[in-house]
Amino acid sequence: MTPTGVWSQVVGQSEAIGVLQRAARAAAEIAVGRTPAPGAMTHAWLFTGPPGSGRSVAARAFAAALECSTYDPDDTGATMPPGCGQCNACHTAMNGTHADIREVVPEGLSISVAEMRSLVQAAARRPSTGHWRVVLIEDADRLTEGAANALLKAVEEPPERTVFLLCAPSDHPDDVSVTIRSRCRLLGLRTPPADEIAEVLIARDGIDEDTARWAASICAGHVGRARRLATDEKARARRQSVLNVPLNLRRTQDLFTSADDLVKAAETDAATVSDELDDAERQALETAMGAGGTGKGTASATRGAKGALKDLERRQKSRATRTQRDALDLALMDLAGFYRDVLTQTLGSAAPLYHPDRAQDVATAASNWTPESVLRRLEAVLAAREAIDANVKPRIAIEAMVATLHRGR
Amino acid sequence: MSPANDGPSPLYLVLGDEELLVDRAVTSVLDVARKVDPTADLSRVKVSDITPAELAELLSPSLFAEGRVVALLGAQEIGKELAEAVAGYVKQPSEGIFLVVVHTGGGRAKHAKELPAQLKKAGARVAECKKLTKPQEREAFVRDEAKRAGGKIDPRAISALTETVGSDLRELASATAQLVADTGGHITEDAVRRYHRGKAEVTGFAVAEKAVTGDRAGALEALRWASHLGVPHVLIADALADAVRTIAKVSHIRGVDPFSVAGELGMPPWKVKKALAQARGWDSGSLATAMQVVADVNADVKGAAASPDYALEHAVLRLIAARQHP
Repeated sequence: MTPTGVWSQVVGQSEAIGVLQRAARAAAEIAVGRTPAPGAMTHAWLFTGPPGSGRSVAARAFAAALECSTYDPDDTGATMPPGCGQCNACHTAMNGTHADIREVVPEGLSISVAEMRSLVQAAARRPSTGHWRVVLIEDADRLTEGAANALLKAVEEPPERTVFLLCAPSDHPDDVSVTIRSRCRLLGLRTPPADEIAEVLIARDGIDEDTARWAASICAGHVGRARRLATDEKARARRQSVLNVPLNLRRTQDLFTSADDLVKAAETDAATVSDELDDAERQALETAMGAGGTGKGTASATRGAKGALKDLERRQKSRATRTQRDALDLALMDLAGFYRDVLTQTLGSAAPLYHPDRAQDVATAASNWTPESVLRRLEAVLAAREAIDANVKPRIAIEAMVATLHRGR
Repeated sequence: MSPANDGPSPLYLVLGDEELLVDRAVTSVLDVARKVDPTADLSRVKVSDITPAELAELLSPSLFAEGRVVALLGAQEIGKELAEAVAGYVKQPSEGIFLVVVHTGGGRAKHAKELPAQLKKAGARVAECKKLTKPQEREAFVRDEAKRAGGKIDPRAISALTETVGSDLRELASATAQLVADTGGHITEDAVRRYHRGKAEVTGFAVAEKAVTGDRAGALEALRWASHLGVPHVLIADALADAVRTIAKVSHIRGVDPFSVAGELGMPPWKVKKALAQARGWDSGSLATAMQVVADVNADVKGAAASPDYALEHAVLRLIAARQHP
């Protein structure tokens, strides 16, 4: 059965949708004062799944279903699950503007303790317009240790009508602390199959079938990436230039041009984001702090503004760093996928390719390189990812990586 | 340098931010004032601590017409009202009062930036006290200092002194004066070495330069000095990475004029020339290893290693080993 309403946004996750719909039905029963079968609804959920599988979309759809105002638990004949996608509550929930849903979408490198403390306070209130107060934390893997600890108490025993929805790539202790993990119900999402991604691209985004199928085949199960590749010319060009790197490394000079291309592209991404947002944010804050005002008392009103501006600049810098790292990470994952393909070819495996459109290059590389050297190159790419994560200057890490890619030993 | 050479003037402007020179300029004005009136005293006030009314009080002639020097410090941050008060005063200075305005030459607000020009227009004597940034300027300063103290100094002694004492002018001045007193007037390199040992400043670049040319002892010594002096580990690691990258970039150039490729490589010609000299002894294999080494140490100094000091030393040794046995 194809999912309806808000659930249509969740791609290729029929099992998870079933669990969530049952939970939302039970939640509606609780909201009208009945006691449904125990175990259907839980107060804290942890959505895990590979990047692009739609963790946050699933969480948001579930939040919308909890708040949905058209679903009536007394209407036994109703076939529609909660989350109609039509009512006001569903709309605002999916757009992130519902009054009872608090979303935490980290733009910076981490989520701070201070942010979580204020969140815990907000979570303690009763819902105002809807049935539930929902707290949605995207990227719970970015919680610092202190921030996770500040959440513990609230996640363990939230107020009666509060639900915590956390999203993370996996429930591995590296991503989510064990103490948080043990207090949540785990909901694993799988990598959505290419066919379903293509269908969504065609149905929802109005992309023509050929492009949609092509994008779905090369996105490695990442729905957002598929849409980007299908609609954005620049993203396609970027991916091509990244995948050109392995076979273009012939002379020593190429090393620096390739490394330069990779780093510059990421820097440009970060600069674009900064250009779009930084100045506007700054001006908004300055105005809020009383800049440009005239008359008595304006001088004292703006006195405290410096600290707030510094704070904003710090957050903007963190966001720029993260944008740059995310962009580089995407490129590195594409590269790693290429070497993985080459490795499967050299070893004679029939596993499906990560980059099916590059089968030609993969075959060329597979005939020239030994499995050992491919593996070493793959390791170099993964090591560069780790190094960048450990705050090594991106340029230095990438150049060291490209040097190994060049030599293969 | 001294603004007081041409006799007294009611108005002085000290422009610049080299502390020692500013101090000297202010004191020299006091000396001039004392020639006119031996009881003259000096009051130093910061623009941030004073109101226009207080300034007017300081600048009005006293009953018995004692001489007075008023030094207005930090005038680059002057407020609008105070700037107006100063501008008003300079049109009609009081007798027996010397106003010294100390200004870095910068300033954010418009009225603060315009103050020096206003004072110059009003006929202020100007003393330039800019920061000395070039080594030659500092050497000239040391030579002048020796002369001032009534002695002279050898050129080799000057470089020995700047190497061991550093670039702080106050320290250089006092060290020079002390040496003149100790040696009886003529400072030689031996004399400097007798009183001063060690190194005052070592940059990450000095370490990196020695490391990539294979000078094991020199590199380790420079590294120890650098860590002893508290040069941040990250800076040294970055300097190492920069040195290796620069060499790798020029390594494929053979027999080409450094000036013609400088633009293409995005480096100044002198850097290309230097890197070409350093590139001897490296090949593509050893350079790849070296790039891995500097990437590793970059993570190490940012918390991956238990001891960043050890990590840096190890990296320097690995670089030198990579150059010898790729």
